[in-house]
Amino acid sequence: MARACLQIHLSLIFCKFLATFLKNFAAVLDILQKILQKNEQKFTKNQRQMNLKIGSRTIGNLKKRHAAESRFMLFGMISVGFALAFLLILFAMIFAKSNFYRSEIALEISVKEDDYRQAIKDAMRQRFPEATKLAEINSLYQLVSKAANLEIKEQIKKNPDLKIFWISAASKADMFFKHQNISSLNDNQIRWLSDLKTKNQVRKVFNWKFFTFADSREPEIAGIGAGLIGSFLVMVIFLIFAFPIGIMCAFYLEEFAPKNRFTDIIEISINNLAAIPSIIYGLLGLTVYLQFMNLPRSSSLVGGMTLFMLVLPVIIIATRNTIRSIPNSIRDGAAALGASKMQITLHHLLPLAVPGIMTGTILAISRALGETAPLLMIGMVAFIADIPQNFTDPTSVLPVQIYLWSDSPESGFAEKTAAAILVLLGFLIILNSAAIFLRKKFEIRW
Amino acid sequence: MNFLFWYIALALIVILAFALNHNIKNLRQKSDKKSRFNSLPIHYAYCFVLWSLIFTIAIIFTSFSDFTKNILLVVFAIGNFFLIKFFHDRNFNSKKHIENAGTIVLSITAGIGILITIIITISILFEALRFFEKVNPLEFLFGTSWNPQMAITSEQEVGKSSFGSVPVFLGTLLITLIAMLVAVPVGIMGAIYLCLYAKAKTRDYLKPALEILAGVPTVVYGYFAVITIAPFFKNIFAVIGIGIASESALAAGFVMGVMIIPFMLSLTDDALNAVPQALKDGALAMGSTKSEMIKKVVLPSAMPSIVGAVILAVSRAIGETMIVVMAAGLVAKMTFNPLDSVTTATAQIVTLLVGDQEFNSPKTLAAFALALTLFIFTFIFNIIALMVIKNYKKKYG
Repeated sequence: MARACLQIHLSLIFCKFLATFLKNFAAVLDILQKILQKNEQKFTKNQRQMNLKIGSRTIGNLKKRHAAESRFMLFGMISVGFALAFLLILFAMIFAKSNFYRSEIALEISVKEDDYRQAIKDAMRQRFPEATKLAEINSLYQLVSKAANLEIKEQIKKNPDLKIFWISAASKADMFFKHQNISSLNDNQIRWLSDLKTKNQVRKVFNWKFFTFADSREPEIAGIGAGLIGSFLVMVIFLIFAFPIGIMCAFYLEEFAPKNRFTDIIEISINNLAAIPSIIYGLLGLTVYLQFMNLPRSSSLVGGMTLFMLVLPVIIIATRNTIRSIPNSIRDGAAALGASKMQITLHHLLPLAVPGIMTGTILAISRALGETAPLLMIGMVAFIADIPQNFTDPTSVLPVQIYLWSDSPESGFAEKTAAAILVLLGFLIILNSAAIFLRKKFEIRW
Repeated sequence: MNFLFWYIALALIVILAFALNHNIKNLRQKSDKKSRFNSLPIHYAYCFVLWSLIFTIAIIFTSFSDFTKNILLVVFAIGNFFLIKFFHDRNFNSKKHIENAGTIVLSITAGIGILITIIITISILFEALRFFEKVNPLEFLFGTSWNPQMAITSEQEVGKSSFGSVPVFLGTLLITLIAMLVAVPVGIMGAIYLCLYAKAKTRDYLKPALEILAGVPTVVYGYFAVITIAPFFKNIFAVIGIGIASESALAAGFVMGVMIIPFMLSLTDDALNAVPQALKDGALAMGSTKSEMIKKVVLPSAMPSIVGAVILAVSRAIGETMIVVMAAGLVAKMTFNPLDSVTTATAQIVTLLVGDQEFNSPKTLAAFALALTLFIFTFIFNIIALMVIKNYKKKYG
């Protein structure tokens, strides 16, 4: 009891001592600061006097040095700003160019004997009776999309009693409604289209067909459906090959490989593969897959196997970095409990490496999905008007579709190109942010 | 149809082999406790699975008729029940077998990296050699006129078309140079700002934005060059009064430079981060300003790695395809004027090989000769750069 009392007493004394000490310390600091400030003023005064004596060696130089400092920092800011400004301009341009809407025209159509084409023609001539000459009638027919008969068929299936149909306008007319672009129209057509517009028989609808239809010669019915499905099929193929092989290779190189010349050669060749121009892989696909192995040209199988070589080194390098960052204590601890090398790898290292592997794989996918050049080499530039059904069908992928459309002289394809780019960029940004999120959320800092 | 059957048989046999794992557990409980198993039950199961997998695949790939294969598979599947006795031997070291098999599989996958390199080299070399049978290699290396014609029959047209690659590589050099003039200063200065000046919070916002710039596909950059940058340069030079080609090297090179900025930036960032903090602190303690510290201490010590980064960037610029295919010209000219339209090796490869071609004409094979040269250059550049960066990391790592 007495001992406890003594302890409490001692601790109280200690507290008091500490408090007084701190108080005094603060006071001392205050005084010191005042002295220092005075001294500083003195110091700068002395310095100025010295400067007057030695010339402008210190102060003037200091000003110069500080100016250089801020200039240097400004250059850094400007260069980062340049990159960001470029990113902004790029996105602004593509947003401005892209258009996901299409124009539709209202027509009063009566279908006889299931001949939808004829019905549309009749309706057009009824709507504009002033077209009498053959050339005039032809230019009248050109204003309606060539796929309009299918639209009518669908609408009739839904509602057989429909009298007024909304059918999509041809690309020329669409351009006129959207941008007042009259470059490919003649005077009659302009008059008819303006008439439609003033009588409110034109409407804008969201172009869902853009996501489901395949490529077409007519811009108004061309879509990225085939490209989307092709990209997906190609992704499936290269992931089936690259994901397991890449991970196994990385684990072998990090955990099992003996340190000898052969391992060094493997390392060099993998690092080099990551930096080889992608078009070289396309040439390899052309000679080995198409010429030597006779696989179907421009199929997603060949595309996937070409991109597999591009993705593999990326996955290997990412996985190796992750494995390397796992501390040795994990390996030693497992080994101390009697685990074999394979058990250490499968039970301890692999689960710990999963977040890093996922991040690396997602980044590799996003890189491969934007790749165009190697796919051009294996014949994916062909015009594909059907949606691919399996891995051996000729396919188009999204970036190749963009390349094809951007080459097209028709103005209707310009907005399609920008819209497709927007879809592609959207996918890639989602993938990239998923990778960043995974890295932030699951990354273990050892 | 038969393939489907085989795969189902394969899967069934493997599942069966794994399911027999339970037997071994029962066996263990029933038997006397003194004798012990050599390995874990799961190892016996895996070993059995491996064994049946190998034999099933071997049966599928033999040259027997389909009917025989089917019967063999069924017989083998039934035989599995009897073969299990062999694997239930207590002294059988199945763990070792499994581990060895796993290591062999892993080492085979590691060989694939080398295999791809070898296949690339062989396939391109082979086609390039066929080209050099028809065209003199000296003419290819030093000729100053590049004009590959479509061959109707290969003998007829060789005389008319010319395969001097100098203008093509001159164009590549010009565009690469322009790209480097944009990418190197911006990349290095940006990395310095991000690494040494920017606050942690600013960096957290800037880095993902720059990663987005790195993730933009090259075909988008190409489209951007054609639609925005080329007309922009054309307008600017029209104001000054200088004519500029619509497919100028300047526009293509500029956009390519922007494409390389994030690449350059992240590599330089790594290099700057690797400089030990003690060096930086020492410089600051001697009274230098931050910029002096960077110029006199950080940059010189990071220089080898930055040079490596520049070389990697050059090799990337040389191999870049889509931007030049879309924004640069197709006609090879002996010019070093950035306002003129030039062509590059990659653009030529694409124009020569896209579409249906016969594989014996020198025109098609010329693409492989260009690709071989490209491959050799980038290979050398990459190896030098990787060595430099590796040595640097060893020094400070």
